[in-house]
Amino acid sequence: MDIPRYWRLRNQRYRLEGTECIECGQRNFPPRCICPHCKSDSLKSFRFSGRGTVYSFSTIYQALDTFDKDIPYSIALVKLDEGPLITTQLADVGPDEIQIGQPVEMVIRKIYEDGENGPIQYGYKFRPALKE
Amino acid sequence: MRQTAIIGIGQTPVREHWDYPIRQLAVQALWAAIKDAGAKHIEGLFVGNMLSGALAEQEHLGALIADYAGFPCIEAVKVEAACASGAAAVRQAVLAVASGHLEIAAAVGVEKLTEFSGKFSGKALATAADADYEASIGLSFAALNALMMQRYMYEYGYSKEDFAPFPVLAHQNAQYNPNAMFRYPITKEQYLKAKPIADPINLLDSSPISDGAAALVIVPLKNIQSFGGSAVKISACEIATDTIGLDNRENPIVLKAAQKSAQAAYKTAGIQPRDISLFEAHDAFSIITALSVEASGFANAGKAPKLAADGVFNINGRLPISTFGGLKGRGHPVGATGVYQLVEAAKQVRGTAPDKLQVDDVRLAMTQNIGGSGATVVTSILEKI
Repeated sequence: MDIPRYWRLRNQRYRLEGTECIECGQRNFPPRCICPHCKSDSLKSFRFSGRGTVYSFSTIYQALDTFDKDIPYSIALVKLDEGPLITTQLADVGPDEIQIGQPVEMVIRKIYEDGENGPIQYGYKFRPALKE
Repeated sequence: MRQTAIIGIGQTPVREHWDYPIRQLAVQALWAAIKDAGAKHIEGLFVGNMLSGALAEQEHLGALIADYAGFPCIEAVKVEAACASGAAAVRQAVLAVASGHLEIAAAVGVEKLTEFSGKFSGKALATAADADYEASIGLSFAALNALMMQRYMYEYGYSKEDFAPFPVLAHQNAQYNPNAMFRYPITKEQYLKAKPIADPINLLDSSPISDGAAALVIVPLKNIQSFGGSAVKISACEIATDTIGLDNRENPIVLKAAQKSAQAAYKTAGIQPRDISLFEAHDAFSIITALSVEASGFANAGKAPKLAADGVFNINGRLPISTFGGLKGRGHPVGATGVYQLVEAAKQVRGTAPDKLQVDDVRLAMTQNIGGSGATVVTSILEKI
């Protein structure tokens, strides 16, 4: 992913910033310009706590070429405490240790290196929750 | 709006076509359909394709294919909706004829995935997902489907082997389809031992990277007598969409766009799900077959694998599916797939399917073409005249 495009996503990748609708209160991640629930364009940014539970998961054995050197790695749909689901990689957990319903928390980790000389791109992953 | 009919069908075998470029595959299928229709010209061309720009460095397929087919001055445009591009192009051809704008239109679906290595085409295919929030953090298409399958297994208490009947049936049917990529059967044991791709999805859950083209010629129903081709009525061709991201859905294991387009199709055709004689499902992965069958009203939520185990979907079952092998057996040349499904459904309605695949007494055949993880769905119903 090119640097300008990644830079644009910095508040999402590093801070888990989505939107909250001022009219109806619905929270979304990724951020929206129009509320999918009530079609209002009055939205403010909303930072999710980064806590949630595993809704579904998978371990990847055949990856897109950028992620080839990371296999096997695990991914999940995480149900955030504030409502929405988020798609994420999992960290610090083996394929046999993941369960649906397990509490997880957001951490910042390396997503990938853009070749040997390219930038290293960081962003959210989720790991098993360390504390309540 | 006028009623429409398919008057001609054409297809190339689904293969790794190293010898042929996109234009040649498309022209072969298109002219096969025009000859089958007993026609000599078309007034409009709608090309279904997803990845010609990414993989063959060629966009502008409307003009390219019309030019190489010998119709350089007609209306022609490419239609893109990921894996649903094929049927989305058919929908545009149907609308053009139904509206009275064109008297004869063609839809051709074409895809060439083997211009590069598999890894590269996998990356290109992932552009059907949300680039910023799915693909770029490491999710392939198989990964998204794996998330659906894992949750489905959890909610309904299924194990991996309960999905075996879907690919086993696809290969069972594909062996009798000369145009299929995989013309051999597989066993449940082979399925359970196949290489993992994105757990619980393995290689034998997954439709193959392949090349191919398929085409339809569409005319007003009232004009079918002017052509030599055997006509099949298009009773419905309805499209609906859902969120691009799987995680933004109310329920990620319900294909809402499939529900909506199927309901619209039943309404347009004036029929019920039970009236359908056979269903060409979009079995890109085994889990999608189950979700598609359920969303279309052929099974209650969580029941599709059970029905598959009971043989309901076999050629002689209550609702045969993927009768020419589906995406798993026939192959999945992405932007062509939706048109292949309709070519196959038309053959079933005409009664010209290979002996072992022909379903008895076909009156209504339904197809469902799904793009992305369910973000675009086209449901079509063909009827015997």
